[in-house]
Amino acid sequence: MAKALSKAEQVARAMEGQQMTRNRWLSLPAVLFITLFGVCPLILMFIYSFLVAAPYGGVVWQFTTKAYVYFLFQEDIFDGTLQFAPDFLIIYLRSFIFALITTAVCLLLGFPTAYFMATRPPAQRNWWVLLITIPFWSNLLVRTLAIMFIIRDQGLLNGFLIWIGVIDKPITLLYTDFAIVLGLLYSFLPFMVLPLYSSLEKFDFRLVEAGFDLYATRRRVLWRIIIPIARPGIIAGCLLVFIPALGAYVTPLILGGGKHLMIGDLIAQQFGSGRNWPLGSAQAFILMAAVLVALFFYVRNTSGKVHHGH
Amino acid sequence: MATNTVKHRDIKDQPGFGMMAVICLFVLYAPILILMIWSFNSGNLVTHWEGVSLQWYGVALQNEEFHNAAKNTLIISITATIVSTTLATMAAIGMTRVKAWRGMGTSFMVINLPLMVPEIITAVATLSFFALLAGKLGLNFGIGNIIIAHTVFCIPFAYMPIRARLEDMDLTLENAAADLYATPWNAFKRVTFPLMIPGILSGLALAFIVSFDDFTITQLIAGPGQTTLPLYIWNQIRRPMTPEINAISTILLLVSILFVSVSFLIARRRK
Repeated sequence: MAKALSKAEQVARAMEGQQMTRNRWLSLPAVLFITLFGVCPLILMFIYSFLVAAPYGGVVWQFTTKAYVYFLFQEDIFDGTLQFAPDFLIIYLRSFIFALITTAVCLLLGFPTAYFMATRPPAQRNWWVLLITIPFWSNLLVRTLAIMFIIRDQGLLNGFLIWIGVIDKPITLLYTDFAIVLGLLYSFLPFMVLPLYSSLEKFDFRLVEAGFDLYATRRRVLWRIIIPIARPGIIAGCLLVFIPALGAYVTPLILGGGKHLMIGDLIAQQFGSGRNWPLGSAQAFILMAAVLVALFFYVRNTSGKVHHGH
Repeated sequence: MATNTVKHRDIKDQPGFGMMAVICLFVLYAPILILMIWSFNSGNLVTHWEGVSLQWYGVALQNEEFHNAAKNTLIISITATIVSTTLATMAAIGMTRVKAWRGMGTSFMVINLPLMVPEIITAVATLSFFALLAGKLGLNFGIGNIIIAHTVFCIPFAYMPIRARLEDMDLTLENAAADLYATPWNAFKRVTFPLMIPGILSGLALAFIVSFDDFTITQLIAGPGQTTLPLYIWNQIRRPMTPEINAISTILLLVSILFVSVSFLIARRRK
């Protein structure tokens, strides 16, 4: 009897083992789907960046590196010589600065908020998380529109400033760089708060107690204990704001009014009215490279430090 | 003894942080609330308040363009949600209930790729890809193009909560089922799957919101007659605006809020 049971058990274990190996195939459909419709388009675009632009959009299958050359230079119409034309470079630098400012201000606002949330009693914490999560998932276009309503010439902000007598005629806020940065801030603030919160939520407050026992001030405890331990969360939050802010498309489209461009709009333009797909592809890949550098920085900074806390 | 604790502030407190949190909430919610309030304006300007009325909801809901956009949006987002959540559920099982296999790390990266690439790049890459399919092979799936693009983008969003659920689950129940001679399929059907349901529902809700709200990818790849609700709003912005746009925006926001809250409550109940 005992032997039969162990035999049946062996069969069950063997079947289970086989099942555990076979389960891997369940990943295949999702991986194939993304490879075909997500990875292939990226590879195709990389190829496009080395082709010649067709006159009405699309490409001619002929190799050239012109798209990358035109990123920095412009061909003279008359003698065909190349001249340095930093227009695109300036838009990239602008976007980079906008993304940096956005990240810095989000961190400044987001860290105290996340810390405050993490120090509430558990029942209250859930409500705070829900309140931050709702804008995180809300329609970006609609939220950008909401900002537009407020900062327009006839919007509430100008109305309010005139009413309290600070200004006597509306100041132009919409379609300026200020509007774009404000919009980016508003869009991506929840992206900073949530990762910061999840790293601060696990924080062991006995360390703060220890700090006070050693006569540290509140500020010293904050800078020397809390912030260094929250570093992985801070880096994650900064990346989650920086990457989408760098490639932002909707925000400058609506709040920049088509004149104050960022990288995202520049790329979209080459595929639309610009009718220069190879140039657009090259621009997209230069953006992609910037994102990869940021991700590399993240991986290098977190992987080495993971065991630090234990 | 108690005086000691009463007089001193909580050691966790940092001065001004509570104030900052309130400012954050104000900054996040004031614009949305103002947008919503103006949808009830009875005047036909977005600048002058003339009284409370629901007339712009009536105007919005009777507009045929709005009906078409809503129909397209629902067809696209429901299909993309079902397909992406199914694929994500299978993938989550294949990557948690399994012996580690070669290529698992790469597969994980592939699944999460749409989250790492800026959306505008995904959008123009997908546009180029479909243009090539249409040009070289004569393949054009119509609205199916948008559904495919959304599905790719939704898979990682559906995958995250389902995988998290599978990782949190107590393995002893599944092992007990196996010890009681349940076939692997029966163990899955009777034990694993019912326990996965909260994760799957959460994944469905997130995938739906992502597809329902998507603007960037849809705008670049949508052909004529394939207007979705976000595209419809975008077309409205470029005309003289009426509170109708506020009414439609409010409806979109309420849909997002509903789905996020549902997903959030499901996730909370499992704890």
